[in-house]
Amino acid sequence: MKQKEQSLPDKSSRRNFLKNLGTGVGAVTLAGVGGTAAITAGKKAKSGEMIKLLSPDGKLVEVDKDDIKPAEKSVKELKAKAKTGLPGHKFIMVIDLAKCKNARKCVDACQEGHMLPKDHEWIKLYLLQDDKNTAKYWFPRPCFHCDKPMCVSVCPVGATYKRDDGIVLVDNERCIGCKFCMTGCPYSARVFNWKDPEVKLPADHVYDPETNIPPVEGTVGKCVFCADNLRKNILPRCVTACPMGVIYFGDILEDTVTNGDETVRFSKLMLDRAGFRYREELGTLPSVYYLPPNQRMFPVERGLDGYDEDIKGRYNDVGPR
Amino acid sequence: MQANRKLLKDLTPELEKTSTGWYITFIVLLGFFLIGIYGLIQQIDKGHIVTGMRDNVVWGFYIVNFIFFMGLSYSGALISGVLHLFNTGWRKPVIRLAELITVISLVIGPFFIFFCIGRLDRLYFLFTHPRIQSPITWDVIAICTDLIGCFIYLYLSFIEDFAILRDYEDLRVAPWKRRLYKTLSLGYNGTPKQEKLLSTARKVMSSMIIAIAIIVYSVLAWIFGVTLQPGWHSTIFGPYFVIAAVFSGTGLLIILMWIFRKIYHLEEYITKRHFVNVGVLLTIIAAFYGYFTFSDYLTKWYGSIKMDSILIDKLFSEYYSLFIFANYIGILIPGIIIALPRFRTIPNITIAAVIAVLALWVNRYIIVIPTLETPFLPIQDVRSAWIKYTPTWIEWSLTFAGVAIFIMLFMLISKIAPIISISEMQEEDKEEILK
Repeated sequence: MKQKEQSLPDKSSRRNFLKNLGTGVGAVTLAGVGGTAAITAGKKAKSGEMIKLLSPDGKLVEVDKDDIKPAEKSVKELKAKAKTGLPGHKFIMVIDLAKCKNARKCVDACQEGHMLPKDHEWIKLYLLQDDKNTAKYWFPRPCFHCDKPMCVSVCPVGATYKRDDGIVLVDNERCIGCKFCMTGCPYSARVFNWKDPEVKLPADHVYDPETNIPPVEGTVGKCVFCADNLRKNILPRCVTACPMGVIYFGDILEDTVTNGDETVRFSKLMLDRAGFRYREELGTLPSVYYLPPNQRMFPVERGLDGYDEDIKGRYNDVGPR
Repeated sequence: MQANRKLLKDLTPELEKTSTGWYITFIVLLGFFLIGIYGLIQQIDKGHIVTGMRDNVVWGFYIVNFIFFMGLSYSGALISGVLHLFNTGWRKPVIRLAELITVISLVIGPFFIFFCIGRLDRLYFLFTHPRIQSPITWDVIAICTDLIGCFIYLYLSFIEDFAILRDYEDLRVAPWKRRLYKTLSLGYNGTPKQEKLLSTARKVMSSMIIAIAIIVYSVLAWIFGVTLQPGWHSTIFGPYFVIAAVFSGTGLLIILMWIFRKIYHLEEYITKRHFVNVGVLLTIIAAFYGYFTFSDYLTKWYGSIKMDSILIDKLFSEYYSLFIFANYIGILIPGIIIALPRFRTIPNITIAAVIAVLALWVNRYIIVIPTLETPFLPIQDVRSAWIKYTPTWIEWSLTFAGVAIFIMLFMLISKIAPIISISEMQEEDKEEILK
């Protein structure tokens, strides 16, 4: 039986094997750490009560009850997880420019959810105008999680990386803060922690690149597509926070995107609304698509209503570009 | 080893005694250096928030200084490398100066990268977790190679001089210096075999250094060139940076020739001929450099690509005075001064060189900063104070500290080894007798 298993590996396990090869030692140590943390070899008296458990390689094993202790969350383990991503997915985002009115709820939810200092926006709102004869429009810009990410190419230490599920993450325990990724990114999607962010963390907090909490002084941060939420099958924070349903999130392999209220076929949405990507000519192949700002629900100026001078002052530079 | 007595008598006093002026200058420079150190401590303590850099202009003075100092290191590659290789006679009195510029600026340059890096404590990741597709990794490899190569080359040129000083009984220096000469001369006695070995080694190194230097500066240019940013994404950047580097290196060589000639009374050795020759070199390089600059900006200006136009508009408005200084005055004036024989006096050539070096620094500034202020998406949704780059006193202080330590290292070395290569000069004497 065992021999048969080894000689006839199914397709998925072979793929996993290749994947493990690709992601390197990380995944292997994950299995190791997981195994040893859960089961410790006991030398003291045992209860004699046996409990059945599933080992990391999928075998049913029996362990004495006294030998079991709760596994600790380890950074190594979380990092390995954050490197592999969610198998069988390729995440995309669609932003409907016709609906955006600069409510800035996405910004707030993002800052709150990722414990960002107030001067750090992972999602920014631009007021763009392509030419003097064309209309102004609000333009939310998260990280585009490009399929050919410049930031990943130029990183000298592998602190930023692209996962199989399309997400680009930053390991801020590896980042040396050279800021080359920031000059590499043509979308200004990255922010630098110029000073100690002074975040109050829960006592048992463990660093995970999927949330990138806490921000670390001297390193780079950016939108993570809420990779932690995705693991729990929850939509990214900006998607659920948006009162207008501007942001759709989904999986291109399933051809589905949702803004929380409605779920639509991605290909049909693109076709019907003539979706596009920002500056396609740069060839970075973003995972974020836009729907053109036609037949808008609000006049663009209403986007500034009710904001204080600080926010209004950020849009002085609006003009043909 | 026997050496020309007169030469030794003229060149050794600086090794034997130190003037009050030297001490005063050194202490003043040390003051600048310490202010820089204080600035650096502030920066490490409070974070990079104390600099003028923000999320758009992420690279400021530090990177400008880095490229600038790395460029200065070219004087060695050119003067000692090219001139050595082609066996140009007049190079001999200035060769050591050029080599020293190379090594000292190569040592100082990378420090500016360290100041720019957010996590200095993780610098070693560049070696423990390198990724070869990053131009920074190429740069790490290239600079390390260059540094080692230039050190070896400089040392090779020192061996004969150390042997001469070791054997010169009338030298009145402290015993530790004598011991130092003895150790560093590696038992060189000028036997034909040793002479041959040394000259072969130097020849090999001089050609290698030219190649390495070209690689180092091209890689540096590609850090900018490979990005998609308007103004940087240019195929010309590699050769353009190389020629600009040679330009600044040659300019600095002229300045140092003037300073050391004045202070150490080397009028007999560094003559007008040397100034004119290096000056003519500077003019030729200025012509190339001006041509490259023109070619780069013309293509950007003539076309209608939006981002290029925005950048050119910015250079011609906000940065106009800097642009004029860097790309018109800095290239044309030195060219004119040196090209017209009646302007060719030693002070004039030196002034031309000062203009050239300063203009080159400004040129680096207007390559780095305006591009970062012109991202594809306009700079919006940020605090207004974050939009424009203004260097803070910390960046200024570290810049001056860099210049100060450059001069200080020169001053220190000039007290240990002669600033003009004695052995090379002897060879020149021999050649002249043969003629």
